[in-house]
Amino acid sequence: MNGVHDLGGMHGMGPINPEANEPVFHDDWERRVFAVTIATFGAGNYNVDEFRHGIERMGAANYLSTSYYEHWLHMVETLMIENGSISRDELNAEQAKLAKEAA
Amino acid sequence: MASHEHTDPPSDPALRVKALESLLIEKGLIDPKALDEIIDTYENKIGPRNGAAVVARAWVDADYKQRLLDDATAAIAELGFSGVQGEDMVVVENSPEVHNIVVCTLCSCYPWPTLGLPPVWYKAAPYRSRAVADPRGVLDEFGVPLPDDVEIRVWDSNAELRYLVLPERPEGTDGMSEDELAAMVTRDSMIGTAVVHAP
Repeated sequence: MNGVHDLGGMHGMGPINPEANEPVFHDDWERRVFAVTIATFGAGNYNVDEFRHGIERMGAANYLSTSYYEHWLHMVETLMIENGSISRDELNAEQAKLAKEAA
Repeated sequence: MASHEHTDPPSDPALRVKALESLLIEKGLIDPKALDEIIDTYENKIGPRNGAAVVARAWVDADYKQRLLDDATAAIAELGFSGVQGEDMVVVENSPEVHNIVVCTLCSCYPWPTLGLPPVWYKAAPYRSRAVADPRGVLDEFGVPLPDDVEIRVWDSNAELRYLVLPERPEGTDGMSEDELAAMVTRDSMIGTAVVHAP
C-alpha cells in the first residue's frame, strides 16, 4: 500500500536530531500505551499485520504530526473498537469521566 | 492540526490511554499486573547490552561468529536472547570495504531481544526517509564520515526479518576480555550509525 508511512526516499523531513542518553520512555503515558499494546497484542486481539495496518490507515497529516506512541494509541483504540471489544461511545464516556475528575 | 473530524478522539494522549486502560481492565481484557511486568521488562531488562554480548562473543570466538553469520536467530538464542521482534534475525558484518546500516522505512521494525526498544530518531520520518536515499549523508550527520571507496549497504527491516550490524573490532583491543569488549559496543554501532572506538 502506497501511503504516507512509506517514507523511504521522501524529501523534506528535516534533520535527524538523535538525543544523547535517550530514556526508553519520555513520559508515563508512553509506558502505558506500550504496555496496553503489548498486552492486547499478546492476548491475540490482532496480529502484526493488523497492527501495522491500523497505523497505516491514519490520515496522512495526522500521521506526520503525531509521535510514535500516539500512532500506537490510535491503532489500539481503532482495532479494539473494530473487533467489538469496546465501543467508541464507551471510550468517549470514559474519557469524559476522567477529564471531569481531572478538572 | 487546526481541526479534527468529528470521529477523531480528543488529542491528549495521557487522558486517552488512561481511559483505554481503565475500560479494558474493567472488561477483564487486560491484567493490570501484566502491564507492570511488560514495562519493567522493556524498560529495565532488555536492551543493547544483550546485542553487545553477541558482538563481543563474535569478536573472540571465530566459530561463534560463523554460526552468527550463518543463522543469526539460533546463534543469538545460544546466549539466551530470543522472542518477540527477534524471531528471524540476520547479522550483517562490517569490514574495511563494507559498512552496513539498518532502517525500517515503513514503520519501526527493530530487533527487540538484542537492542531493546528503538530510539525516537529510528522511528521518526527524517531517518526513515533519508537512510535509503542518502546513507552517506546520514552517516556524516551521525559523525561517521566514510571514505568514498567504502561500500554502504542499507538494510530495510520488515515485520518478519530484523537486522543487527556486527561492527568492526577496533585496533589495539587484543588483550581485552569479552566483558571489556562488550562494554565498548554501543547501540548505534549495531544499527550501523556509529563505529566502535577503543577507549
